[in-house]
Amino acid sequence: GAMGGSASLIPGDLLREYQELTFLSKQEILLAYKRFSELLPKEERENACSARVPKSQILTLPELRANPFQHRICHVFSTSEAGDDSMSFEDFLDMLSVFSDSATSDIKSHYAFRIFDFDDDGILDRKDLEQLVNCLTGQGEESRLSSAEMEQLIQNIVEESDIDKDGTINLSEFQHVVSRSPDFASSFKIVL
Amino acid sequence: EELHPAAPVDFLQELPSYQSARRRRGGTQRRRPALLGTAGSRGTVARALQQEEGELAARPAREYPECIAEKRRLRDSQQADTEHLSRWKKWRRTSSKSLKKALSEVKGLSSYLVLWRHDIHSIEGKFGTGIQSYFSFLRFLVVLNFIIFILMFSFVTLPIIISKYGIFNSTISYISSKNIDNICTIYEPSGNKGLVYFYTYLKDLLSGTGFLEVTSLFYGYYTTDAVWISTMRYNLPLAYLLATLAYLALSFLWIIKRSVEGFKQNLVHDADPFQSYCNKIFAGWDFCITDPNAARLKHRSLQYELQMDLQEEKLKQKIAERTMKEKLRIYSLRIFINIIVISILSGCFYSIYRVTVFSQEHSSNTDNANSLVNLLVQYLPSMVITLANFIAPLIFSFLIGFEDYTPAFEIKLTLLRCVFVRLANIGVLLFSLWSQISDCGPDKCKPCGYNYKLYPCWESDVGREMYKLMIFDFIVILAVPLFLDFPRKLLVTHCSCKLIQWFGQQEFGISDNVLEIIYGQTICWIGAFFSPLLPAIATIKYFIIFYVKKIVLIHTRKPAARPIRASSSNFFFLLVLLIGLLLAFIPVGVSIASIPSSKACGPFRNFDTSWEVIPDTILQFPSGLQQILFGMASEAFAVPFFMIVCIVMFYFIALARAHKRVVEQLREQLILESRDKMFLIRKIAEAQR
Repeated sequence: GAMGGSASLIPGDLLREYQELTFLSKQEILLAYKRFSELLPKEERENACSARVPKSQILTLPELRANPFQHRICHVFSTSEAGDDSMSFEDFLDMLSVFSDSATSDIKSHYAFRIFDFDDDGILDRKDLEQLVNCLTGQGEESRLSSAEMEQLIQNIVEESDIDKDGTINLSEFQHVVSRSPDFASSFKIVL
Repeated sequence: EELHPAAPVDFLQELPSYQSARRRRGGTQRRRPALLGTAGSRGTVARALQQEEGELAARPAREYPECIAEKRRLRDSQQADTEHLSRWKKWRRTSSKSLKKALSEVKGLSSYLVLWRHDIHSIEGKFGTGIQSYFSFLRFLVVLNFIIFILMFSFVTLPIIISKYGIFNSTISYISSKNIDNICTIYEPSGNKGLVYFYTYLKDLLSGTGFLEVTSLFYGYYTTDAVWISTMRYNLPLAYLLATLAYLALSFLWIIKRSVEGFKQNLVHDADPFQSYCNKIFAGWDFCITDPNAARLKHRSLQYELQMDLQEEKLKQKIAERTMKEKLRIYSLRIFINIIVISILSGCFYSIYRVTVFSQEHSSNTDNANSLVNLLVQYLPSMVITLANFIAPLIFSFLIGFEDYTPAFEIKLTLLRCVFVRLANIGVLLFSLWSQISDCGPDKCKPCGYNYKLYPCWESDVGREMYKLMIFDFIVILAVPLFLDFPRKLLVTHCSCKLIQWFGQQEFGISDNVLEIIYGQTICWIGAFFSPLLPAIATIKYFIIFYVKKIVLIHTRKPAARPIRASSSNFFFLLVLLIGLLLAFIPVGVSIASIPSSKACGPFRNFDTSWEVIPDTILQFPSGLQQILFGMASEAFAVPFFMIVCIVMFYFIALARAHKRVVEQLREQLILESRDKMFLIRKIAEAQR
């Protein structure tokens, strides 16, 4: 059947290696392979394991197209040398592995920190938090919070999570506050 | 605390703590300009990481936050390192790896057995995790009821079926009653005799009388004392009682396990985990949403929720600044409204009591003058309860507007009141039934201990009431979408007059739906003792309700403006379910231990109360064991045990307080360290100039 067909396209030892290096099960890896090769033009589908898919194609996936963090996700998981945020199959698997059910909360919070760090400087400062809140409330002028509300909100967030009181949230503080957040594990999840 | 804008950024980036955070990021390093101290190939970086963590504690490669290529290198270097380990350690590592692989295979296979996996996944994608948690909860109840049914069926019904058909050479034995008055044992259920109209079957199906009364559905069928399977004696009364206790205990443990699972909280810190802003912002977006419409709604609801919370904070400040006169006015208003609420509740309870008494009195005459009227009289308590369950929440949500609470507290208090109404209604029904059964007026229950004339087999009657409640609940849940929601949707989409558009489509109110199911589940728990096959009916009922609710959700409702979050909703569902279960313990406990079991039917004919089976069985154990068991139930054991439990509890409370103090001290220390760091950096920067 279809499962048998795609299983023959990933060699068995590569499949086992992916199972070992990610949190995905065999069925999930095969499904990911199927969806990834559908993003490629027909000629390149034979070499799906080594092809790169441009960002615009990745963003057509239903799991990502409605996501306000789609650009950050592509940026964080892409290992492209050219800086164009294109993803290879291994990058795609990495992404699914982090977002899967069995990933440890350590890994999830680590990558969540990287996704929320819009300026890539290793800490979440006020500008990052402001952009994060704007992503959550939606694009468009009327869906943003007023500046007074934004100020109050960021003040509250920093107060709750900044332990060393330096006005920014570093990785350990973020991981600490997220470990006590009951919704994180169930919301930071993508299943194909 | 004030920021230190003078601290130069490049010094901060040289600090060891910053470096280790950047090293762990591996992949993206290449695109950044190389900074001091970040030189070195990635292979040595990975090995340095491992050396930090110690050799034996090296985690499997996939737990490192790196890209796959990097993880491959890490794994190879791990394997290279293990070459020089001793054989024992090598064997231990490989065996743990293969064990983990086997476990993941099993997990992968068992995920196919999960019921409705695809349906719930698609609901999650279109409506978010809040609504998905409701459907997961429904699935949990289907499975729980199915297991309870299997339990009751295999231990109680199956032996009787086996012996009725003589399989395995089995027979039933009836022990003749010892000192029971003959008058207590008269019981003639009206199983259908001769030619009857077809609608009598329907009426019997709906009201649990007639042909249904003598089936294995009700307690009265199990009038056996023992079942002999070849030469083994199967003690059916003991099995019946133990199966009841087993299903109650099973439900209790399973609910507790589920509520602890998703709730790994650090209880040392005081803040409310569900209301914290960090939870709403960092875990605010459901990454599983695939539908752009749902995403738009989610954005709007997030914006609305954040604005409401910020306003509520301002409101709390205002409340704190209230004057004494205002406080007095508000508290007296709240007391007045609570008195109104209590009087409404008492009105409900009294009407349920009256209606139950009326229904019991008038349904026992079998003149069958107008069987439809008879059916209505029998269903009168169910109808009144359903009406009360529908009206009371509306009144409560109207009244709470006057009490001037913060919006979040308003929601909680209304919910609490609704839960109380629903569960207390069942309690009042049972209480009025019992008052009828134990109505020992002038000599009515002298020989048997209960009102034997009206209720020769009272357990079957209670079972019948629970059965009727369940059937009526099911009918209402099916009828409401059919006769209310679909017409409403048709009106809203095709008729554009202002009034109807203002009504709009109905929201999928999670709390109302959940209270509905929990009400049904509490009935099932209470009724399973009196009617062992009731859990099967409950399983089928919830199975059908899943599909009904799914269709209703997709076609008629729009998601709520202020959604409940998945984690707090899970916790809320399980908490209310637990309250329902604890409330179900009371009627079952009273029936087993306090009310004399009926002498005309059922497995407990020869015992005073149903509970007596257990002391009776213990008396047949060897005397050493008997002494131990009786000793455990005596005061000489209970009091020291209680004292030890108290001491252990005090110890843990003291430990928790000590930990909390340590956490506070460490936090203060962190703040001081950070300030010191900034100060020193500024000094260095000044000295360098």
